Amino acid sequence: MSLRLTLATAARVLRQVRHDRRTVALLLVVPCVLMGLGAWIFQNTPVFNQIGAPLLGIFPFVIMFLLTSITTLRERQSGTLERLLTMPLAKADFVAGYAVAFGVLAAVQAVVATGFAVWVCKLDVPGGVGLLMAVAIADAVLGTAFGLFVSAFATTEFQAVQFMPALVLPQFFLCGLLVARDKLPDVLHWLSDVLPLSYAVDAMRTISSSTDAAGDVGRDLLIVAGFIVVAVGAGAGTLRRRTP
Amino acid sequence: MMNNPPGGVPAGSPGAVAVRVEHLHVVRGGRTVIEDLSLDILRGQVVGLLGPSGCGKTTLMRSLVGVQQMAGGTVTVLGEPAGSRQLRDRVGYLTQAPSIYPDLTIEENIAYFAQVVGIPRRSVAAEVARVLGMVALTDHAKSRASALSGGQESRVSLAAALVGTPEVLILDEPTVGLDPVLRRDLWRIFRELAADGVTLLVSSHVMDEAVRCDRLMLMREGALLADDTLDGVLAVTGATDVEAAFLELVDRAAAAASAKEVRA
Repeated sequence: MSLRLTLATAARVLRQVRHDRRTVALLLVVPCVLMGLGAWIFQNTPVFNQIGAPLLGIFPFVIMFLLTSITTLRERQSGTLERLLTMPLAKADFVAGYAVAFGVLAAVQAVVATGFAVWVCKLDVPGGVGLLMAVAIADAVLGTAFGLFVSAFATTEFQAVQFMPALVLPQFFLCGLLVARDKLPDVLHWLSDVLPLSYAVDAMRTISSSTDAAGDVGRDLLIVAGFIVVAVGAGAGTLRRRTP
Repeated sequence: MMNNPPGGVPAGSPGAVAVRVEHLHVVRGGRTVIEDLSLDILRGQVVGLLGPSGCGKTTLMRSLVGVQQMAGGTVTVLGEPAGSRQLRDRVGYLTQAPSIYPDLTIEENIAYFAQVVGIPRRSVAAEVARVLGMVALTDHAKSRASALSGGQESRVSLAAALVGTPEVLILDEPTVGLDPVLRRDLWRIFRELAADGVTLLVSSHVMDEAVRCDRLMLMREGALLADDTLDGVLAVTGATDVEAAFLELVDRAAAAASAKEVRA
């Protein structure tokens, strides 16, 4: 693995996205519109302040998951991946390159969406805006890492898109946003304990309720980072130089 | 300037074996595509791999670059097992479908592949210009790949395979869909590369490209019908062109097979 090739790959992916202006626009505008809509629906109630931060963690996760799984699927199908695998590029360089590129995109998205939520929608964040952005970025990278991994199991774009409801919605149901995790039936509670989005949302809830959030959030972030490393490693593991 | 590998290949001289395939056996989707194929390709040769589509040309080429799962046999390129780490910047591969990024410009495509083969950052622009010149796409350097014609796309893909001056080039149908002038120009480039010691295996289903090769491999149903010079193939079959020779060889093979069946 080489840092030079990882960064060259990340730069190439970012260049591809940059040429697709509409994707960039959607990436930045959609989360803001959704946050604005949420704030509007729950105006004059405390609900937006409770769910605003967790939503900021979920949007980038979902969007990056979709974006990454489809892009890498395209690369697997177009022959460029096969070409790259005959070249001096480590599989880890490929996967890490994607993770870095989409991580950068995710960071930009997270900063814009968070900024919009806090300064335009007046989301109240006792835990601090900096921490909120850090968790949003981690969630987005988590989505990227999962998308990379999952794309290995999709052979068509139709399948890739359906992995979103299949793998992301259950996590959304169990992450504590609909029903607090400790109020879930035991089995579902245990299940939620091993799902990454639960920790992402836990961190966001801490930030939106506590002024002294750094410790708990740090622990949750470490767990999310662990999931990211595992998913990226598993994603690299699914790449095969030799195919049938 | 073309071909001085710093590491040095033991068998670096022309005439040495560049590619050796022994008893290659490939099964795809439960079907045997190649069964017990052996061949040698000598350094500095331009070898034409000719045969109808579906005969196993691409499978053989994928085996040579180490991306094909093999059921048996060995493939050695420049003395190393095919696809091994030491070979990845010494073997260039052109896939049949253009494998480039449609949403990047031509220049950006080639620059990325140049970085991947290890061209230092400061030399990337010069390398991009060099290979785009070779495939006559200099004027289109800033065009988005998605805006190109099919023939232009495949030339971008070829340029990406030429980057870094590999010692062995495995080219799967590089001239398909090109106009005669461009085809002639590309073959001229292939000859120049071979003169510099590069070994080329070029597949085609157009039999008339045979005249441009040092050696022909006629392939059908996963087996070589012939592995000889053009003159050799014509002499053995008594045919006047490659297409007729191919048909003659197919007929002979069929006759031999049915004779065997009768005996059995």
